[in-house]
Amino acid sequence: MTDNIYRIFMNSLTFFRILRTGWNNFIRNRWLALATIFVMILTIFTMTVLIFLSVIGGQLLTILQNKIDVSVYLKQETADQDIKQMQADLLSLGEVKKVTFVSSEDALAEFKKKHESNQTLMDSLKELGNPLLPAVNIEAQSASQYDSIINFLEQGKYKKIIDKINYQQNKPLIERLMKFSNTVKRSGIIVSIILAIIAGLVTFNTIRLALYNFREEIGVMKLVGASSWFARGPFLVEGVIYGIIAAAATMIIIFPIIYFFSPKISLLVPGLDMLAWLKNNFLSLLFMQLAIGILLGGVSSMVAIRKYLRV
Amino acid sequence: MIEFRNVSKIYKINGEDCAAVENINLKIEPKEFVSIAGASGAGKSTLLKLLLGKEKPSEGEIFFNGHDINFLDSQELSHFRRSVGMVFQDFKLLSRKTVAENISFAMEVVGRTNEEISEDVPQVLELVGLVEKTDYFPHQLSGGERQRVSIARALIHRPEVILADEPTGNLDLLNTWDIVRLLLKINELGTTIILATHDREIINNLNRRVITLNKGRIMRDEEHGRYIL
Repeated sequence: MTDNIYRIFMNSLTFFRILRTGWNNFIRNRWLALATIFVMILTIFTMTVLIFLSVIGGQLLTILQNKIDVSVYLKQETADQDIKQMQADLLSLGEVKKVTFVSSEDALAEFKKKHESNQTLMDSLKELGNPLLPAVNIEAQSASQYDSIINFLEQGKYKKIIDKINYQQNKPLIERLMKFSNTVKRSGIIVSIILAIIAGLVTFNTIRLALYNFREEIGVMKLVGASSWFARGPFLVEGVIYGIIAAAATMIIIFPIIYFFSPKISLLVPGLDMLAWLKNNFLSLLFMQLAIGILLGGVSSMVAIRKYLRV
Repeated sequence: MIEFRNVSKIYKINGEDCAAVENINLKIEPKEFVSIAGASGAGKSTLLKLLLGKEKPSEGEIFFNGHDINFLDSQELSHFRRSVGMVFQDFKLLSRKTVAENISFAMEVVGRTNEEISEDVPQVLELVGLVEKTDYFPHQLSGGERQRVSIARALIHRPEVILADEPTGNLDLLNTWDIVRLLLKINELGTTIILATHDREIINNLNRRVITLNKGRIMRDEEHGRYIL
């Protein structure tokens, strides 16, 4: 019991001493610390911008995808009951986001409104009556799901009430968009990973260079009898302090930048309010930045001094 | 207390074997003051590094209080080094720590409490004559003062033995004798001192045991020796 209390006391004392030494080293080495923190800010900033770009890119792709829909034209004599049943069945599919019914009367009214200046067309309509068919417009959750939705309609009980589906006309466009969307996503991930690795390596090398100055001191600590943890602990604490300050500084820098650019981004990407996004995701973003900072600072310090501990 | 049995240390240089020390046999008893003499490259520093466990011998065994230090793992080596104080020619002080912090560091690693540290550090500072420089950083001190801090650090945790590797090599005459007198005083208080030096004046004036090395071998081991190469 007494042994355990003594061990806990000694471990806490050692832990406190490591924290204090790390903090003192940080304070007494301000300029070197500042240079390292600056590099870490650049790294965390780069990673944050990559996240913003993925949000913007994702929103752009969603907007593009939303512009695509498929219209299912129904036979003129289709009963209301069948149309309602079809709408309900479509909505029960997980792939379907939205279903809108446009009656032939509504379609005609819309057509007339659109072409009211074209007198010849208006005259022809008067003679023809209403040539437009009622239609069900379908929006899928994602462009890749249209195939299975159309399959459901063509193979099932609704085949007899369907006049035509404009999917075949839209198919090349949908496929091109899907290809483009996948390429953008994949390239985004690859570019992000490459940039993150470069940024991480730059930080690691900066910390390694900073600690290179203290390689002899680490050896001296070991020769004086310090355990590896007692010698490396303060450097780990220093690295973590760099990370925390860099993460906080990045967040402080990010806010005015987003505040300034958010309206401009909204003009380019309608429906995207980056400032609101930042406010909504503030905590998770800060947590991510802190995690990157602490991990980069801590791991870099640990790896950098590993070989100096072999004394 | 300390015993070297047939110890050799061989380095590979450009593919060829080069013996830094060869077939060393010696014993050092508690409270002795032993000078290791020899020209540069004679193997004095290698001998101390072997004793501190910084280098492993290529052959032979080194015993400290009956334990072969070659078989100590990393943690045991740290514990062993806490019973040895080391003084270097280039001081090797921790640049970001003050005089007091450099000295207390050696107590912190052995787990002494803050109360013990605040009690012992002023006493050692007084012994080495640096009470007024407690809060100075190493770069604010002269060479002699830095070496005194280094000795205080080696001394503070009451080691059984102090290894001093050319401690006066970077000092002027006045400071040299200050340091030698300090080492003698520490020895009188009961600590074994092993002093590696090539300073003829120091060795001849000490009139203590001298082990003379030449090309890695013991040439002479005399109770009241002189510097003779």
